[in-house]
Amino acid sequence: MIRFDYTRAASVADALATARQPGTAFLAAGTNLVDLMKGGVTNPERVVDITRLPGLSGIEALPDGSVRIGALARNSDVADDPHIARTYPMVAEALLAGASAQLRNAATVGGNLLQRTRCQYFTDAVSPCNKRQPGSGCAATGHATRLHAVQGWSDHCIATNPSDFCVPLAALDASVEIEGQGGRRSVKLTEFHLLPGDHPERETVLEPGELVTALTLPAEAAAFAGHARYLKVRDRTSYAFAVVSAAAALTLDGGRIGQARLAFGGLALKPWRVTEAEGALAGKAPSPEAYAEAARIALDGAKPSGEANAFKIELARRVAVRALSLAAAGTPARIPALPASPFGIV
Amino acid sequence: MTIPIRLTLNGKPHAIDLDDPRVTLLDLLRERLGLTGAKKGCDRGQCGACTVLVDGRRINSCLQLVASLDGADVLTIEGLSEGDALHPVQAAFIAHDGFQCGFCTPGQIMSAVGLIREGRAGTDPERIREGMSGNLCRCGAYAGILEAVKDASGRMEHREDAA
Repeated sequence: MIRFDYTRAASVADALATARQPGTAFLAAGTNLVDLMKGGVTNPERVVDITRLPGLSGIEALPDGSVRIGALARNSDVADDPHIARTYPMVAEALLAGASAQLRNAATVGGNLLQRTRCQYFTDAVSPCNKRQPGSGCAATGHATRLHAVQGWSDHCIATNPSDFCVPLAALDASVEIEGQGGRRSVKLTEFHLLPGDHPERETVLEPGELVTALTLPAEAAAFAGHARYLKVRDRTSYAFAVVSAAAALTLDGGRIGQARLAFGGLALKPWRVTEAEGALAGKAPSPEAYAEAARIALDGAKPSGEANAFKIELARRVAVRALSLAAAGTPARIPALPASPFGIV
Repeated sequence: MTIPIRLTLNGKPHAIDLDDPRVTLLDLLRERLGLTGAKKGCDRGQCGACTVLVDGRRINSCLQLVASLDGADVLTIEGLSEGDALHPVQAAFIAHDGFQCGFCTPGQIMSAVGLIREGRAGTDPERIREGMSGNLCRCGAYAGILEAVKDASGRMEHREDAA
């Protein structure tokens, strides 16, 4: 880790003022940032500690029925919040399927949104990587790509977004609240992360110096509480990133699907929501055929970014079908012992 | 420029003038305060050997910068027993052979104390395994660890002063 200047921000305005200087990173829990700094992947000259900012760690049910989660709320606090667990159960399930208890106790919601890809050619700090060093090339392409993207990738970057949490957030129309020198703005979570295109070094819509201050889950998303699941397929039963995951949610009305929501993790550099597949489910009887058709539509246009990840396309279809079946069966009263696991659900 | 930090460490107040913002809690404990119970396994938040409680919650001390910890209450394995009286989790690890080489054990024990406090697992083996998945044991003492946590968890449910 290279030496950096450390300042502790007392207010959001204070944090934003310091962050105007280039080479500045915001520090919350540091579970991703400190790891990257230790590995020499990220080398900020200045670190602004935002952990003391007042009013950013609460989870608040608002009068309009939405829920506002402060950016400094810990992953475990959100997962354990009774209102979140009751109203947006797949958000809690996805959080509990991520990382380890120690990391969830520290890691913040804002940090989860901004965590970097785990592409091994990005994190090794030395391979050519257009994300880490624009213009240097992509060492992943043509090499070990088992966990790389099958949707939305470009010739410049084939990495995936590692977050579990963001997948149900995308499905449920969550918004991200952002503060900058120009004031406050809000963007949909589905529009927060950028696809790599020609500029994989740009990962989100955040402008330099802007700060994520909160997340909002809309009141309408509560309609899915009774039929919402997160399903995560990974190389170990616990404490591993998704190979493919899916958040599936339904409303059921007189034996028919009212609305559906479907988003995937592990497929692209952003949580991959597929509204066309959701639309295809509306009005159908909940059946394996309807789920298979939705899954087919959801993976339309998917393309392997390497020989080793072609399997993820069929895997994603099967994960979608299973997640939709589980959602139709109903949200369990208690999150299973193995959250989001295909093995924990019988 | 130093960063003044006040900590409560194993029940005692400490004042530290931090001369380098890069110092992690793990390095502070081991290199500067002589508390070598928390172990440096991976130093990257993957193995759990450095687990301690901060403000009652288990975290990986290798990823925690001390600069952020002003005012925090830190509990390490060294502060767990009361004199010679072992904490129930420590006693259970001995009773159930919850270790072989012992390197991961302080982290395992602190993690188990944290898990029991969280109240998430009770004595359900599947929930304990899942709740302890952030602690690796390369000797493979998992069967004994599971029995130890289950036993301690059951005993501590009946105690008011749970850890």
